[in-house]
Amino acid sequence: MDENVVPSVFVFAEQVDNQITPVSFELLAKARELAAKLECEVVALLLGDKVENLVQPLFSYGANKVILCEDPALAQYRTEPYTHAISTMIRQYKPQIAIFGATSIGRDLAPRIAGRIHTGLTADCTALDIEDETKRFMMTRPAFGGNLMATIVCPEFQPVMATVRPGVIVKRIPDPNASGEVIRFELDFVENDCYTKILDIIKKEASTKHNIQDAKILVAGGRGMKGPEGFEILQELADVLGGEVASSRAAVDAGWQDKARQVGQTGKTVRPNLYIACGISGAIQHMAGMEESDFIIAINSDSTAPIFNIADVGIVGDVFKIVPKLTEAIRKERA
Amino acid sequence: MNIVVCIKQVPDTKEVRIDPVKGTLIRQGVPSIMNPDDKAALEAALRLKEQFGAKVIALSMGPLQAELVLREAFAMGADEGYLVSDGKFGGADTWATSSTLAAAISKLDYDLILAGRQAIDGDTAQVGPEIAEHLGVPHISYAEEIKVEGREVIVKRQFEDRYQILKAKMPVLVTALSELNQPRYMTPGGIFDAWRNKEIGRWSRDDIPVDDGNIGLKGSPTKVVQTYPKTMKQPGTKIETDVDESVQYIVEKLKEKYIL
Repeated sequence: MDENVVPSVFVFAEQVDNQITPVSFELLAKARELAAKLECEVVALLLGDKVENLVQPLFSYGANKVILCEDPALAQYRTEPYTHAISTMIRQYKPQIAIFGATSIGRDLAPRIAGRIHTGLTADCTALDIEDETKRFMMTRPAFGGNLMATIVCPEFQPVMATVRPGVIVKRIPDPNASGEVIRFELDFVENDCYTKILDIIKKEASTKHNIQDAKILVAGGRGMKGPEGFEILQELADVLGGEVASSRAAVDAGWQDKARQVGQTGKTVRPNLYIACGISGAIQHMAGMEESDFIIAINSDSTAPIFNIADVGIVGDVFKIVPKLTEAIRKERA
Repeated sequence: MNIVVCIKQVPDTKEVRIDPVKGTLIRQGVPSIMNPDDKAALEAALRLKEQFGAKVIALSMGPLQAELVLREAFAMGADEGYLVSDGKFGGADTWATSSTLAAAISKLDYDLILAGRQAIDGDTAQVGPEIAEHLGVPHISYAEEIKVEGREVIVKRQFEDRYQILKAKMPVLVTALSELNQPRYMTPGGIFDAWRNKEIGRWSRDDIPVDDGNIGLKGSPTKVVQTYPKTMKQPGTKIETDVDESVQYIVEKLKEKYIL
């Protein structure tokens, strides 16, 4: 082995507009656990243009080292320059493991890198561990639309790569005094035909940007809300509770709610303190995204709805009658 | 313009059930369908064909029964269809699948490759970008709109909080979201034509210029060590009473949990 090579776990520290994506801090927490079992260090990869101010938070959340690559070509995410930079880092530092958030950036970038490096990549993992005896890296992910869980290994190639679902790992409590080595990584970016050109960036409206993964309380609606108007009473309930409105896939597909609020296999994984499911029957794909919530209340007129199988409190009844009265009762309690 | 569309036959995962005794997947009676994101990719290809004139070539990999999705592609309007099928390709992970498909595509004359973002039986979204990498062409994933201007492709690419409008030179691979369009139905004439007048090109191991080390189970860096049914948490209490009592019950529970 190259004497400059120190065993490591690489974590892609995704940043957008000079903000670290929350899943990156979650990855650092998991990487520390893995690194402890492998007796190696956690290296965060920070790419962008003028992003040095983001180095300290990475140490605070668990990185031992940060490889910092700054270049105007990296200002906005594009597949090729990011792939080029990280593939070069991987070839130079030969990490054992490289993990990425399963965001729309991570899920674009990681396969391109895995293709270039020739290694295995497991998508959307919900659990990662090191097997005690063999030290194999065990990656667990849902398969068949969340009907089945699969544990996957990659015995003959390194680094073993994985993307990890946001919201499944608990972040560490940040240590503002933590510090470590910063490695500046210089690289040439030659714009060849694999480079795409960004013509424009259109931000989605602020109203659709509420992050349901950060909310402590979610009031979610499904097909049973019958239309966008149905979600208004859910918004009122969410407002008195200080929570956010979430949605099942059915309500998103029907155009009643924005995709950003979708919980489930093809939406987001959430684990709030309280999840109130209203008019949601409980498709397995939906439950895969919310069953880890601390406390689940389900309100549905169909007493056989599968959602009742995982609800802590199941209320069989009409959401349109119960929810407004519940909002009123909570408002009185809070007054 | 030649457009290659990668389509996969998948079990309709909405219909998949778990055997409650054995804890295994019940595949029997589960319908096979064209993967929804792939169908959006095919629809996008057919619209570009209508707009500019193009040859639409559908490509699939899988067991022989996957011919059905190629027939469906013909019935929707695809011009040619190829099925990559051989036991030696079986058990492939995304790396081996993309190596095989990239080698198959390299036999074709292509300007644009379209694929679905991800398949509903795996949900990985990895095969598209990995094919592009093997072919050395750019890719744009998560496409919500696709436009062609001369030899360039302009794509509205979805992110969590924004869109990028991206431009790339052909040849390029684009992965489509099902939000991209509403795929057309097969026409009776199209169905007749698909079964009577169109031939599916069948490619087996020896037809694909790819190394043995990069195909099938052996060429797959990742291995599945175990699968198990998801354990669901135990249900709590379910009550069925009038509205006021229901509301009262919820409020009490929220107080117990210190939420109120």
